[in-house]
Amino acid sequence: MTARYWAPLLLALLVGVAQAGPRVESWQTSRGAKVMYVQAPDLPMVDVRVVFDAGSARDGGLAGLARFVNNTLNEGAGDWDADNLALRFEDHGIEFGHGSLRDMAWVSLRSLTDPAVLEVALDTTAAVLAAPRFDKEAVERVRQQMQIGLRSSLQSPGRIAERRFYRALYGDHPYAHAPDGDDTSLAGISRDDLVGFHQRYYVAANAVVAIVGAVDRALAEQIAERITGGLPIGQHAGPLPPPPVVSGGELREDFPSSQTHIYLGQAGMARHDPDYYALYVGNHVLGGGSLVSTLGEEVRNKRGLSYSVSSFFSPMQVEGPFLIVAQTKNAKADETLRVMRETLARFVSDGPSEQDLEAAKSNLIGGFPLRISSNGKIIEYLAMMGFYDYPLDYLETLTGKLAAVSVAQVRDAFSRRIGGPAGIAVVVGGNG
Amino acid sequence: MVSAVLFRSPLIGLLLVSLPAVAQVSEFRLDNGMQVIVKEDHRAPVAVSQVWYKVGSSYEPDGITGISHALEHMMFKGTEKVGAGEFSRIVSALGGSENAFTSRDYTAYFETLAVEHLERALELEADRMRNLLLDPDDFAKEIAVVKEERRLRTEDRPSGQVSEQFNAVAWRASPYRNPIIGWMNDLDHMTVDDLAAWYRRWYAPNNATLVVVGDVQPEAVRAMAERHFGPLPASEPLPIKPAFEPRQSGETRVEVRVPARQPYLLMGYKAPTVGKSEQPWEPYALFVLANVLDGGDSARLARDLVRGRGIAASASAEYGIYSRLSEMFLLAGTPTDGHSVAELEQALRAEVARLREGLIDQAELRRVVTQAVASKVFQADSLFYQAMEIGSLETIGLDWHLIETEIDALKAVTPEQVRQVAQRYLVDDNLTVATLHPLPIDEKAPRKPAVQGVRDDS
Repeated sequence: MTARYWAPLLLALLVGVAQAGPRVESWQTSRGAKVMYVQAPDLPMVDVRVVFDAGSARDGGLAGLARFVNNTLNEGAGDWDADNLALRFEDHGIEFGHGSLRDMAWVSLRSLTDPAVLEVALDTTAAVLAAPRFDKEAVERVRQQMQIGLRSSLQSPGRIAERRFYRALYGDHPYAHAPDGDDTSLAGISRDDLVGFHQRYYVAANAVVAIVGAVDRALAEQIAERITGGLPIGQHAGPLPPPPVVSGGELREDFPSSQTHIYLGQAGMARHDPDYYALYVGNHVLGGGSLVSTLGEEVRNKRGLSYSVSSFFSPMQVEGPFLIVAQTKNAKADETLRVMRETLARFVSDGPSEQDLEAAKSNLIGGFPLRISSNGKIIEYLAMMGFYDYPLDYLETLTGKLAAVSVAQVRDAFSRRIGGPAGIAVVVGGNG
Repeated sequence: MVSAVLFRSPLIGLLLVSLPAVAQVSEFRLDNGMQVIVKEDHRAPVAVSQVWYKVGSSYEPDGITGISHALEHMMFKGTEKVGAGEFSRIVSALGGSENAFTSRDYTAYFETLAVEHLERALELEADRMRNLLLDPDDFAKEIAVVKEERRLRTEDRPSGQVSEQFNAVAWRASPYRNPIIGWMNDLDHMTVDDLAAWYRRWYAPNNATLVVVGDVQPEAVRAMAERHFGPLPASEPLPIKPAFEPRQSGETRVEVRVPARQPYLLMGYKAPTVGKSEQPWEPYALFVLANVLDGGDSARLARDLVRGRGIAASASAEYGIYSRLSEMFLLAGTPTDGHSVAELEQALRAEVARLREGLIDQAELRRVVTQAVASKVFQADSLFYQAMEIGSLETIGLDWHLIETEIDALKAVTPEQVRQVAQRYLVDDNLTVATLHPLPIDEKAPRKPAVQGVRDDS
């Protein structure tokens, strides 16, 4: 299947905007894990996501360690080997998932609310979180799967450009390396490293449990207790260091592809940044609103240079990047980079037009009901809100905050934060 | 709604789950032949609208492959009433999201929005069903975008190369042999007049299905559909010639050598889908078979090839029970270091042989059915999926009510039937194998291969 454009799914930049949001409740488990809960009574199912501050920012010199641990959790835990774990989930139609990025690592569960099924889901997931075995055979298997996955991703000029960009922007900061590690680091990670990481970071004080589904508050409390019941109390991971100040520049790398991939960007913003809403809404005009954006107009609609072009902030615990990404046939690489730069510079100096800003705001505000229209969407919000310590009325107050953003605020925020000599351009592609 | 105080003794066994009460679905046909299907889902004040056209890459004759997809791109470039790009801007300002997709057997356009704006979306869709402008300058830019899309998805992606080559040799005559996005040569020579003719032929109310799912009342949707789509003239029906694929009578192989870092294997057995099989149960038995191999981490490929023997870094089986023309049962995988792609192929073939020779376990069958029952509940969480299920079935010429009988059909499958479909369809004479052999990635090498594709007319 092929489509007119890809929705930019890249980022955990969760938009939001609010009229009446779902009612969010929060409490702590007896061991100190934070719980975020929304009741959704219509379908006989429940989603649970347990998020830890255990992403690659915690790799501590062993690039890929956080993901290695996350990938090995369900390869044997407690009394069950990998075969039995998988059977316990799948014989009951339970969907188990897991993942990790720079800030977060998580496991997720989607189960019917049938008591017998839920029982198995919780027991099994509790073991996966608290008692992964890290058997030698499983560790070696996952190591090789990660090495092969890494090699596959290095077949893509876009993925290479992304890695180079983060390295250039973050220097020796924990965000600098890719969560999937590198060949040398993956080869060097030992079982002790995995066990040590798990003991330090997969603890209740470092966990957020999000629950959405046809379960009442009392049952939700039991779910949270059960699923984290085996975790030691432990300690929260603690703050990350601020990113370094780096100078901008241009980095070109050859790759035998017919297209050149361009990553143009710089330091962006953190969660809870005072300029968050101005930058967020402003970016929606610039390149966040799919094809209805200044970049979409200049790069794709007017010139036919790129299939996908977008700009985005990835707000994280500490400053995440601001990025503009496009790809074009090799002969058009210079022109495309020039148009990206000029469009950004013009936006930074002039700001959005009153009309464009209003259109962006009405998209974000009018689209709010869509963003909370299913359990699957709500659980993403809950996990994000819990992890980054947003207030419980975040969803309800969001539309108001977006509506309040003015052209002057956007221009002011962009002129202080974006553009100028800090820009880094990474250009990876062919020379033919 | 389940309440607390559970967690009695764990109970294992075949799940007895009741599906959510069957949602209310209404169907009607406008006087001009347009079909309208409305499914109510009142969980949130939103709606999704999808307009499905019976046209896609499998309708395309040689020389203009990719035209359905190129036309899909041009559908956002304006009508007399609505300027280029205006469609997207209007929907966006209403808080909606919109996009479109083209497949082998259909082209579909969708908007998701707060329910009070549904009518505006229908009005815009009706306008572009018959009044598209197709400006030559816009086309020149948009076809360049489509070629960039092709470079991104196919030219520069080793797995994209493999699947394109695989389809091209697996199918002798079926239009499934052509890529949805089209061959680059055809995109190079496509004209706006080609698109205009394609648009006139296929974009008409009597070749379309409107599906609306969401917080709506069917009578209100009917009134809106009549208001906006009702006045559009039907077109002369031009039936498409039947497609034909001769019987394959021997294994087919293709090797793909491109710069890459990982070998890759793709295998496919030609197999029938619902409505095209000798026995009506066969597609359901093939579905069970696919899930016995790859219905999760407990299934045979993960258990035996990824974990047990450690031959595969990943291995998968894929089979969809619905399609317009006869389809393929696919197997794919990446070998681990120290094992060759040839060893992985042998291992996958051995798994298939095991299914031809022996019976699957009752426990495996039970697991597949349980998973299917649970997924039905989970899928009801997505409006988009619900609309997609109905629209795709109707558009490939099947009755959407089939989705209501899937579970019963799966429950009726026996281990013996699974063996029978393996014996009948998963046989060597019916097999195509594509392998990716990585060439070194030389960063300094010029991109162009030594021999370009050959153009007969040049």
